[in-house]
Order: sequence, then structure tokens, then C-alpha cells
Amino acid sequence: MNIINKNTKAKDSPVYVVDGCRTPFLTTRGQANPFSAADLAVAAGRPLLLRQPFAADEIEEVILGCVIPAPDEVNIARVASLRLGCNIKTPAWTVQRNCASGMQALDTAVRNIQGGHSGLILAGGVEAMSRAPLQWRPKLVEWMSGWLKARSLKAKLQSLASLSIKELRPVITLLKGLTDPSTGLSMGQTAEELAYEFAIDRHAMDQFALASQNRLEKAQKDGLFNEEITPLFSHDGAVIKDDQGLHPGSNIKKLSKLKPVFDRPTGLVTAGNSAQITDGACWLLLADEATVKRLNLKPLGKITPASWAGLNPAQMGLGPVHAIDSLLKEYKTPFDSVDYWEINEAFAAQVIACTHAMDNPEYCKHELDKKDKPWGRIAPDRLNVDGGAISIGHPVSASGARIVLHLLHLLKRTKTKRGVAAICIGGGQGGAMLAEAV
Amino acid sequence: MYIQTYLTKTPYQSQHWRVDMDENNIAWVTIDVVGSSANILSGDVLEELAKLLPSLVAAKPAGAVFRSGKKSGFIAGADIKEFTQFKTVAQARDRIRKVRPIFMGIEELDFPTVAQISGFCLGGGLELALCCDYRVAEDLPATKLGLPEVKLGIHPGFGGTVRLPRLVGELTALDMILTGKSLSAKKAKKIGLVDWVVPARHLSRTVTALIDKHPTPRKSKAIQRLAAAPFIRSSVAYFLRKKLEKKAPKAQYPAPHAVIDLWQDREFIETWEQYDQEIDSIANLFVGSTAQNLISLFLQGERMKELGKGGKVKPQRLHVVGAGVMGGDIAAWCAFNGMTVTLQDTNQTMIANTLQRALKLFKIKTRDRHIIQAAMDRLIPDIAGYGVKKADVVLEAIFENLEAKQKLLAAMEPQLKPGAILATNTSSIRLEDIAKSLKNPDKFVGIHFFNPVSRMPLVEVVVGEKTSQETIKAGCNFTTAIRRSPLPVKSGPGFLINRILMPYLFEGIQLVAEGASPEAVDNAAKEFGMPMGPITLVDVVGLDICLSVAKILDTSGKHVVPPLLQHLVDRHHLGKKTGQGFYRYVKGKQGKSITNSHGNLPNDGSLRMFAALVNETVACFSDGVVDDIDLLDTGVVFGTGFAPFRGGPMHYIAKEGVDTWITKLEALQQTHGERFTPHPGWKILDFSAVNFVEERDHEKTDFRHNTPMARKHFMRPVPGTH
Repeated sequence: MNIINKNTKAKDSPVYVVDGCRTPFLTTRGQANPFSAADLAVAAGRPLLLRQPFAADEIEEVILGCVIPAPDEVNIARVASLRLGCNIKTPAWTVQRNCASGMQALDTAVRNIQGGHSGLILAGGVEAMSRAPLQWRPKLVEWMSGWLKARSLKAKLQSLASLSIKELRPVITLLKGLTDPSTGLSMGQTAEELAYEFAIDRHAMDQFALASQNRLEKAQKDGLFNEEITPLFSHDGAVIKDDQGLHPGSNIKKLSKLKPVFDRPTGLVTAGNSAQITDGACWLLLADEATVKRLNLKPLGKITPASWAGLNPAQMGLGPVHAIDSLLKEYKTPFDSVDYWEINEAFAAQVIACTHAMDNPEYCKHELDKKDKPWGRIAPDRLNVDGGAISIGHPVSASGARIVLHLLHLLKRTKTKRGVAAICIGGGQGGAMLAEAV
Repeated sequence: MYIQTYLTKTPYQSQHWRVDMDENNIAWVTIDVVGSSANILSGDVLEELAKLLPSLVAAKPAGAVFRSGKKSGFIAGADIKEFTQFKTVAQARDRIRKVRPIFMGIEELDFPTVAQISGFCLGGGLELALCCDYRVAEDLPATKLGLPEVKLGIHPGFGGTVRLPRLVGELTALDMILTGKSLSAKKAKKIGLVDWVVPARHLSRTVTALIDKHPTPRKSKAIQRLAAAPFIRSSVAYFLRKKLEKKAPKAQYPAPHAVIDLWQDREFIETWEQYDQEIDSIANLFVGSTAQNLISLFLQGERMKELGKGGKVKPQRLHVVGAGVMGGDIAAWCAFNGMTVTLQDTNQTMIANTLQRALKLFKIKTRDRHIIQAAMDRLIPDIAGYGVKKADVVLEAIFENLEAKQKLLAAMEPQLKPGAILATNTSSIRLEDIAKSLKNPDKFVGIHFFNPVSRMPLVEVVVGEKTSQETIKAGCNFTTAIRRSPLPVKSGPGFLINRILMPYLFEGIQLVAEGASPEAVDNAAKEFGMPMGPITLVDVVGLDICLSVAKILDTSGKHVVPPLLQHLVDRHHLGKKTGQGFYRYVKGKQGKSITNSHGNLPNDGSLRMFAALVNETVACFSDGVVDDIDLLDTGVVFGTGFAPFRGGPMHYIAKEGVDTWITKLEALQQTHGERFTPHPGWKILDFSAVNFVEERDHEKTDFRHNTPMARKHFMRPVPGTH
């Protein structure tokens, strides 16, 4: 029996990004937004599918990254796929690699296309962080089972008396998710760690954050996201057109007044120089060459599978460095041939640390096994040129897909050739992808 | 089901029925009426049922289950077409009496009987189910149980008015019969009309278990019978009548009043006699004009729906341009009814407002959040208009401006996919004018909705000079697909509905201008049987809108726009939306009128309004706006709410006689001017046919006032109107 898939393609057969679309990223402002994660995925997917020359039936697979779907959104990829009107026979599945879940979805899609399993895949990431649930503490759950068993008035009273008020406090699962499970450090603390290692001061961080804000403000004003973002229509009659993380008129003075959030009182990482907790969704349509020809599509660009790397969880912010290292090595890409870089801005300190590490001979030698010379310096005017997660927001799983989509639009706009998108991953990993214009 | 239950033998089989025995010795009695999509209890279906019963008894089953062999539902009711054949009370009585022993036969079977109900179970169908010991309903949205007979001007005649109160209690039963409303499976369970509500997978097990255990069949509780207790019964009847008279006056809608009479009079009467009384009462109603008119409207309404069936492709995608009140509401309604709708507007806020209104509507229509979510997901904002290329129907609903419409449609036309049609929701602009910018005017049609879209059942499918038959069909298909009734009308100012309404509204305004109070004018119209008076209607529609439609219609100069209307518009009193029109409005609620509210209506006030209306109706018919009198009448009733018991304006004309009307109009012309000049079309109307019917009718019926119209004569093509 021949078990070799006759469709198998060469490992390096091109995978095209046909088109992509995302919602504006919504800030949380302390309360849940009116959209669930699936609502966001549907809102981003509907206009994307609508503007394609083919019917939703053509899609052969749906892959969606999501870290915290609502309890009624089990396998959220399938929920979104059906709500988008994809064929019921089209398989859909959800992937999770924490902050890189969106990039994981793209990576898997690329590999499945190169493996000959699918010709046309809808892949992306979604997160509704404002909807992260509150949980009961295990002790309270234990108490409740006792309460339910208590039949007599006396038993009930006894049970009631045994309840400690402290146990009534809910567990905020979002905070749990943003804490490294092996070291107990919060994500912000890992950024403090990097600031310490690379001697990054508060001013550099705030400057970086301000640049992110200013770049987003200019990009919005110039309408650079028009092809990328679809307006969100809330059912209470509101329209949201732009990313809400922009603070117009930010200045260094305001930023420098903010108090540290994670390490008080002497820490450096503030709400102003960290990525914002946001909700959002981003989809990309990926296709092989045959499908592009058959459906007469005009692709935006090409992407490679992602390169993944692991590192010390306490320094998870340097994940992009390790991922980029293996990416450039694997695809034999000269550092200087990269026109634009998108490194997801979890924290200003973290992105600055990445640029330092790439340019640091010691770090490159010991941590990356690159003995000849360091990779080099990423020019600030080539990095996150239209703003990043600090201003735009970081709906965890959506970010990996967003930076790839934006990079492709950027290459097209600037008529340049090659870009790298990289993202750090809580738990101590990094992911990076190569994007090329066609 | 991939594997059918094993049935051992078939002791009876006829054209429409069969009886199968299963291994538990349960008889499965299946109705599957040949040549009909729904099960209907026509004469021969009932005759076969009578023949079936002896074989069923002879099979000595452990129990019997009545069920449907059709997916569409259980039984839709009696055959309404047969009703129209009754010429005399005696005929009707004899025919219905035949059913009584059959149904009593089922009731008296000495083994347990169950009605297994999936889908609709209405009228005679529910009355049959009431004869069984138990009823089990499938938990489906399509499952509807009810006795809708009053909507046809009659009441249940197969024992329903007797059996239903015994099962669910007096007041609950009266409510169901008087309103004619149908209940969902869950609601039916709640009031005790069905014993169990289960999904399909549990139906046969539930039915089998009921037969096996045969618990005492349900009956109404003592407290539910309280309303029928001595002394109480007559006062309950008094209050019910009083309440009913306000909604449906006895003179106009006798059927529900007859139901109360029957109920009140049965206090000391044997059951068999109660059945007799029910039959006598319904036989009398049958030959009355209200029932004849309502039945005719129902059948014509079904005919209208048929116009939109059997198309080549089922329309699935709609693209709407313009998210105003009309465009938005059309989009929402269509999305709720299964269409994938793309909604385009340059103003994003308008789209957002539409979504908000849509959600509100969907929440009224259903409580199932999955249905609501699916409908919202199908309603897609489409600012760039990508949906045009994918739509089966592209509908323009932007503001009423010829040039804007021409430009928009011409831009969209080349993007249409093969087989798609281009449509406009214009209410006043001639199709031929808009079509001037198009390369393929044959694919262009008007699809004219009325406000509010979710409540108005009629849609005018406006046919331009160059609109092809295929496109008309596609327009009708689309209309039926979204559960609206299509009425093809010829393009012309105001089409049918607005054109007929306008002279009537103007006459109402004229009466106010002459000193009658808006209240008096509105009340006169309501007494005639209109759902809303003309002055209130103008307020609701908006005075500015009426004025602009008036100006478009007024090309002939015949209908003078009342100066009072212009005066109020100039002062920005535009009606309900601005808080003041002919009436004042506080938080959307109508208050007192702005003019002298004591002004009396002149003696000919009501006549003047309806004379204006019928004169314009004849003009429309004569101009060939609609060339089928029955469809015209049904359209006017569906589109304007014209007193349904009168059967529509043409039926109304026929009842009084064409000559009488011409005389009346001529008299009005003398006193009030040219606007009452009888349209030349009156002369082409076939008087002889009408007189002929009256005469024949008079000979054969024992009721002077019942005049079923010979529609065949009426539908004779009129020369020169096509």
C-alpha cells in the first residue's frame, strides 16, 4: 500500500498570503467589551471573505489561535468557521502557543499547504482579553459541595460558619495567564529583568513608547491601515474604526510620571511603556500556487513557516532574538537583506533588549552560538515603523497574525522585498517568520 | 432516519391513508394526502377516514397513533376551497354534519389513541387531534397548534368549540378560538393541549409508552371550568362580548361573536346537541359575506405567494444599498428570514443604527439566542459594496432622487453576477426613468416594501416597460422567499397602493380643512373597518413624505394637494416624528388634535373618503396597474389594511353595485368638484356580470345579504387595459 501522500509538495514551495483583515483593537477600560472572541473573529472574517472572488465553500481548512476563548466557544475556530458561513465539511481547529497563537495558526497553515494537505486556508488569531473570566477559588468550590450536602438547619449553619470571607474573592484568570508558571514572575517582571541585564533606563523605555504612539498616530492619520482594518459595528449602534490604544498628544513628561506597575516602588516598567490589554481578531487567507492560479487571485505576498526557539522563561522577552537567529540561518537570509522588522512590543524594555542582544557580540556568541560576529543593529526607522503593541494593543493571540499582515502591507506600500515578524512568548519562547513581497 | 421501524402488516391502505401494525400491536394510522404538499381534510380524505375506522377496530390493536406522512406538518386543516362551493346554509350544514360521526368514532375507540404532531396542526387537524386520548408534539419551531378559523370569518365546526374547553379550560379555549392564534409546542404543553413535547428521536417511544401505560386522559381542572359555572357564565360572556365588540364589531366580524353565543347557550345542553349547534352556527357563517370575503382573501393570498414559487434558482444573497429606515429594515427582515444580506452605505453610523434596530426586532421575534446570532451574522456591513458581485438580488434603497439612483444603478449593473437582478425600492419614481441609465433594463424591477417592513405583508413587484418575465418571476421569488406576498404592478406614479391611498388621505385632510375634527374623520374610517384613520396615518407616515408623494402623483393636476397639508409642512409639523402633525404626540403617544376637536363630520364625510378611494381603484384597474381584480383587492387589503371583511375595494364596489357608485360619484362631483368625476374605467367594468351574480344568488340562497361574487365573470379581461 502506498502511504505516501501524492500531493506532498517540496518543503520550500511558496505559500501566498492572498489577503487579510483585522478588527480595530479595543482597549478594555476595566470592563468587558460587547464582543466575545468569536464575535470578533466573525467581524474580521466576514468582510475578508466578502471581498474575495471565491465563495466561502472554497476554503479547505480554518485554523485559529486563541488563548482564552469563552466557555461556550470550545474549539473557537469551528465556532467562527460555521458563523462565517464556511462549509460544514471544512475542518476547523484551534491552536495555542500563548502569545504566539496567531503566528502558530499561520505557521501550521503554511506547513499544511506545503505538506499538500490543503490548498486554501483561513488562519489567524483572536483574543477577547476583557472577557477573561473570573474564577472561584478551589476552597470555595470545596465549601459549596459541603453546603449542598448539608441538609439540616444545624448543618447548614455549621457550614456557613466555616466559610472564610477571603475565599469569596475571585481569581482573576487574566493575571494568572500573564504570570510565568515555572518561575512565578509576571510578564512585566521578566521585562524588568531584561532592563536590568541590558542596563535599559526608564527614559529609553518611555522614548520608545512615545515613538510607538507617535508612529501609530501618524499612520492612522495617513490612512495606512485602511486595507488592513475593518470597522467594528457594535449592536448598540456604535462604530469603531480605529485602534483604541492611541493616546493622542502623548508626551514624555506624561509618560515619565507614571508609576511602575510590576515592581514597586523602584521598577521601570509602567502601563505607559507596556503593551495594552486589548481585544481583537486578525485573519489571513493563505493559498498554494495552484489555488492562486485556479481562482485567479492577486496575492499580497509570501510567508515561510515560523522558526521557533526556547529560552530561559525569566527572559522570555528575548524570544524573538532566538527565533530570528534560527530563521535567518534556516533560510540563509543575510541580516542586511531584511527591509523591515516587526517585533511585537510586549514591553518597551523587551524590544530594546532584543535590539541590544542582536547587536551584542557576547550575547550572540554565548546564547546564539554565532561566533564570527553579532547579527547587527536593527535601525529604529526599520522597526515597527507604524507603531506596535504598546500603542496598538496586544490581544495576545491576534498579535502574531497582525504583525505578519501589517508587514506584508508595509512591503507592498514601500515597494520593498523582505521583512521579518517576530514575537516573544510567555513561558520562554520566541517565534519568527519571513515575509516577502511578490 | 436511515433505518425504518419494523412494521408487521398493513391492514388498511387507501389513497390518502394507511394503517400499519408494528410488533407491539400498535396501529400507526398515517395520513399522506396525494397531490398536495400539506395534509388537508377535504371531502374525500374524510370519506376515506370513515372507511378506515372499521378496519382499524377489526385489527384489535393495543392502541392507535395518528400521524402524518408529510414533512410539512400534521394536518393544515379543512379544505378551504371546498368552503367556497357552499351556496346555501343547508349545503354547508349537510357537508359538515358528515364529519361528526367520524370524529366521534375516533373519540369512542375502545383502545388508547394518540395524535403524534410534528409541524402545523391547525383547524380541523387540531380538532381531529382533540378526539384522541393523548397528544404528543415534536419539539420543533415549525410545530404550531391552533384553531385559526375566526380569521376566515368562521369558527371550528368539527367539534373544536366543544372539545377544546373540556381539555384546556373554558377561558384558555375561548382565547384560542376567539383570537385564532396558534401556539408553539412548549406553550401547548403549558396549557395542557398536548401531553408531551419531545424531540423527534423520542416521539415513537413516548407514543408507545403512553399506549402501554394508558394513564387517565387529561381534562381541564375544576378551577378552569369555573367560568362556565351557573350565573358566572353569562357575566363572563357579557364581558367577553364587550371587549370583542371594540376589536371586531359583530356587524363586521360575526364569527367570534357566534363563538361566545355558542358557549353561553350550551349550559344545560347534551353534548351531541352542542355539536349540532356548532354546525348550525358555522353553516350560517359560511354563506355570510364576511366569511366569503375573508376566505377569498386567504385563497388569493395563497395565490399571491404561489407567484413566487418554482423559480429556477432560490435567491440566497441580497445586497442593499442605503441603510436608511427602509433599506435597513428590509436588510434586517431579509437576514432574519434566511438571506445573507450585505448592507452598503457611505454613512457607517446608519449601518450601526440598522444593526441596533435589527437586534431589537430579532429579540421580539424569537427568544432563541442562536437564531438571533445567526441572523445577525448574516447581516453584513459592506461599506465598499463587495456584496454586489455575489448577490442574487441587488436592491437600491437610497433617497428619492432620480439622478442619484440612475448613477448608482448604472455603476452596479456591470458587476452583477449572471442571473442576478437589479431592483429599486423607489416609492414614486417611474421605473422607465431610472432604467434609462441601464444597459439591461430587462433585468431591472421595482421591489417596493411598505413601512414597517416587519409588519406589512405586501410587496409591490413593479414592472417597468422593459422588465422581462424572468425578472418579474425572480422578483416574486425573492419576495416569497422572505415570507412576503408579491403583487406585480405596472410602473406608474404611486404604483398601486400609494396611488389608491393618496386621494383618500387628501379627502380626509380636506374634511379637516373644512372644519371636521381629525378625531371625527379617523373614527369614521375606523367605523368603516380601516385599522387606522387617514389623519393618524398621515401623521405616522410623515406629512412631508405625503406631500412629496402627492407632488409626484399630481402630474395630472386632478388631485389638488390640500393647502392645509402644505401649511403644516411649512411650519415643520411633520407628524409623529416631530411630535406634532394633525395630532400632538408625547413620547410617541397620540394626544389631542391640534385643531378644534369638536368639529363634526359632514353627513357625506365618510362617503367622500371612500368614494375617492374606490374611484382611484377603478382608475388603477382601468390603467392596468393590476389587471386581476382578485389580486388587486387582496393587494389593497394587505397593503393598506382596507376593511378585510369587505374583501377589498372591488368586492365593496360590487356589493353596492357599479351603477349605484357612479350615481353617488356624480352627485359628489356636483357638490364637491371635479375630483369626484367618475373615472372612464367605470364604464368598462362589466356591470352585467355583477348584476347577474346578485340575481342568481338571490334565487338560490336563503340569506338575502350574502352575495358570493362570481369572480370568474369579474376576471374577464377588460379591453384596452393591457
